[in-house]
Amino acid sequence: MSDRVTTTPAAQKPRHTLTRAVIRFAGDSGDGMQVTGEQFTTEAAWAGNDISTLPNFPAEIRAPAGTLFGVSSFQLQFGSQRVYTPGDQLDALVVMNPAAFKVHLADLKPGGILIVNPSAFDKRNLDKAGYAANPLDDPTLGEKYRLHQVDMEGLTKKALEDMPLNAKEKDRCKNFFALGLVSWVYTRPLDPTLDAIKKRFAKRPEFVEANIRALKAGHAFGETAEMFAEHYGVEAAEMPPGTYRSMTGNRALAWGLLAAAERTKIPVVFGAYPITPASDILHELALHKRFRVRTFQAEDEIAAATAAIGASFGGCIGVTASSGPGIALKGEAIGLAVTAELPLVIFDIQRGGPSTGLPTKTEQADLMQALYGRNSESPVVVIAPSTPGDCFYMAYEAVRLAIKYMVPVMVLSDGYLANGSEPWLIPDLKTLPDIPVSFRTEKEGFFPYLRDAATLARPWVRPGTPGLEHRIGGIEKQDVTGNISYEPDNHDHMVRTRAEKVRRVAQEIPPTTINGLPEGDVLVVGWGGTYGAITAAVEEAQAEGKSVAAVHLRYLNPLPPDLGHILRQYRRVLVPEINSGQLVRILRAEYLVDAVGFNRVRGLPLASQEIYEAINQLLEVKR
Amino acid sequence: MGVPGATPKYTKKDFESDQDVRWCPGCGDYAILSAVQKMMPDLGIPREDIVFISGIGCSSRFPYYMNTYGFHTIHGRAPAVATGLKLARPELKIFVVTGDGDGLSIGGNHLLHVLRRNVDLTILLFNNRIYGLTKGQYSPTSELGKVTKSTPIGSADRPLSPCAFALAAGATFVARTVDRNIAHMEETLKRAAAHKGAAFVEILQNCNVYNDMAWGVLYDRESKALHELRLQHGQPLVFGPVDDRRGLVLEGVKPKVVKVKDVPESSLWVHDETDGGTALVLAQLVSPEYPIPIGVLASRPGDTTYEEILIQQEQKAVSDRGPGDIAKLLMSGDTWKIG
Repeated sequence: MSDRVTTTPAAQKPRHTLTRAVIRFAGDSGDGMQVTGEQFTTEAAWAGNDISTLPNFPAEIRAPAGTLFGVSSFQLQFGSQRVYTPGDQLDALVVMNPAAFKVHLADLKPGGILIVNPSAFDKRNLDKAGYAANPLDDPTLGEKYRLHQVDMEGLTKKALEDMPLNAKEKDRCKNFFALGLVSWVYTRPLDPTLDAIKKRFAKRPEFVEANIRALKAGHAFGETAEMFAEHYGVEAAEMPPGTYRSMTGNRALAWGLLAAAERTKIPVVFGAYPITPASDILHELALHKRFRVRTFQAEDEIAAATAAIGASFGGCIGVTASSGPGIALKGEAIGLAVTAELPLVIFDIQRGGPSTGLPTKTEQADLMQALYGRNSESPVVVIAPSTPGDCFYMAYEAVRLAIKYMVPVMVLSDGYLANGSEPWLIPDLKTLPDIPVSFRTEKEGFFPYLRDAATLARPWVRPGTPGLEHRIGGIEKQDVTGNISYEPDNHDHMVRTRAEKVRRVAQEIPPTTINGLPEGDVLVVGWGGTYGAITAAVEEAQAEGKSVAAVHLRYLNPLPPDLGHILRQYRRVLVPEINSGQLVRILRAEYLVDAVGFNRVRGLPLASQEIYEAINQLLEVKR
Repeated sequence: MGVPGATPKYTKKDFESDQDVRWCPGCGDYAILSAVQKMMPDLGIPREDIVFISGIGCSSRFPYYMNTYGFHTIHGRAPAVATGLKLARPELKIFVVTGDGDGLSIGGNHLLHVLRRNVDLTILLFNNRIYGLTKGQYSPTSELGKVTKSTPIGSADRPLSPCAFALAAGATFVARTVDRNIAHMEETLKRAAAHKGAAFVEILQNCNVYNDMAWGVLYDRESKALHELRLQHGQPLVFGPVDDRRGLVLEGVKPKVVKVKDVPESSLWVHDETDGGTALVLAQLVSPEYPIPIGVLASRPGDTTYEEILIQQEQKAVSDRGPGDIAKLLMSGDTWKIG
């Protein structure tokens, strides 16, 4: 990885320049690993790196200290080149206790940097982690890894010796010691962290001072302690010029809605029921009362969805969000929006399942639910962002399509996109597509199910419009008049019309981008949060001269009109997914192509290495 | 929205839609529909600003027959749909029409929360103590031991009092009326519609096909005199034939039926609409041991509604920091420049 060594004055330690590095902070739930990781991410962002992050935490709020299931971690990859994933194998691992050591050591590269906090390796913690003997005493550990035993607890305590804090409060500063140390190892600027500490503890000046002292002590320790012979730099990445910010998927979804509301001048009414990992969208929107958004924490998932539908009936942008279990509960309501032909936006932040499953872990197994998880023929538009930042655009796009076609639009995000972050080029809002809205007010010739010739959308009428009083509902209705109808041919016609409306959304889909040559041996087709892992794997194979290309689908229903043609230009089609093979089944059924899946359902993002290997295996299959 | 003061002079006919009414001949719903249509002109609200929202069941066909805006939604969810509509459009006058199955069984949770939040809605619950549209299964208000298709040897669950439910949920207006008493229905519905906040009206309604005469004691003149307790604010709770007046007295929180002539007048329980506690006692009186209270059980006008609180929060946020600007939001917090 290190490709050059900077000559430094004798007093300084040599600095190696890397193109990228993968770091993971791991400790107990109470050790502040998420804060540490987020803060390191900000430092790397300030240094101009491209970044991808993977927070990973237990579902338990306060898991018992020291246990294996209570381990919380934050991983990031930062680089001077494009970074597509949080990384597969770790260049550096910081572990705060034996449980974290046990859970995470296997992911550290041989020769990688291993920073441990030995004072946490006492009998009690070793017992909890299931160690009969202290693994730090194993002499091979130092041979296999660059092991650094840093008594972060003791050193932090010492740095804060004269502070008027109790022992527990002092101990809680040790994560900033770790951050200071790792910031030195990777030459990250401390300024953003100093600012963040000041903001975070604005009301407790003694905590500001303590955490800053711990941070600086960690940094100084790296500089002066004999154990670190060198440190590393990662140059700024070449990224498109502009102003950047760090963006998580959930925040991007929320802000995309705000942008759509501002553009349309129509308020968003957002109905949600708390559920991991979707709740942050509700939290984020609830902060923005100055914007065109009204949030409603409903009594249950069904009320969240039906309130959104009520709002759409009233001429607002009705939006509801949940994760898989909640989407299942909303199914009947979504069907109502299908037949009432009202705009409705539904965010599904997929997580491991079935049932409660793995609430805090990621999965892509709700695709079939999004497409078919309702009674009868009830098609909806399904789209999927590929990166955290893309969530902004897809939320906006969902609103645009829902209004233009008077249909429900499901946005499939996932736990990885929701909590993961990336440096995000802040868009010029003027470049976003327009979202025209015309509420019908003309009485002459009005019928509730009169259709637009191009989109088949029915008119959107705000209650309060004189002369257009009308009734809609879940019962089958006659086309055009909207009167209740049980007539067999009318039902058949309405089933086809609702499907055709969704099908016509295909005219909105831009030409599919192919990463690679337009024909070849293997085409890798993905969707959603696997974008980074697939891109990294495909580009690695391409760099070796292999005939591999990739397309990443952002529109899943309808599928892009050019997709069938593209699929037929490659000898084999590989579909990596974090499910048992859902998109692959659709592609096979839709296009009669012999696509094969690559499926791992571990609650974790796919590793680019395993996709790379799957590509190679497929390449080896004889023609 | 119409211009205030310029509301057209409506008649009942203006609120009749062009749809064929499809309830069974003899259904109590006809009388309710007629009473609602008849009282609408008195509300003084432009027709286009009125919305009827319903769930599923016989009662829930109601919106189709009203010449207003209407939405026939899904089973039990009308209160939630109406909440969303109210959040979107607080200026609209919204009615929710539901039944004992729709509102208290599958939709019990939504009814609970819409009342608790005091969303400004007028909620009409038609209580016929049976599932009609699914052809006659017992409902959450059916009496214990009710023999129906799904309970051939009698139901095993105890009935719920809709008004007690509403009061316990914190409803700010709770009333009960009867489908066969047009004048009382109109008067009660008018008061409910005029109430700001969640107004709940239980309408005792006859299903002549699956549960005929469930409220029969209130239909026949003679038994009505014995069983109907007309509630009037500030008046003692008395009922019964002229020659044999009965009254209610409270012993602690326990109600007791007495002969009026046997007790001093001052000892009779005087109805106080503003007292939710005694209203809860009234709501739980069960025939034949007690009379059936009809009228406004509780009314607590002036409570802030759910949507008013939200709007106040938004107005304060805007007045404190100005309206939101998405471009500024995107640039807020930590940002950095490249190139």
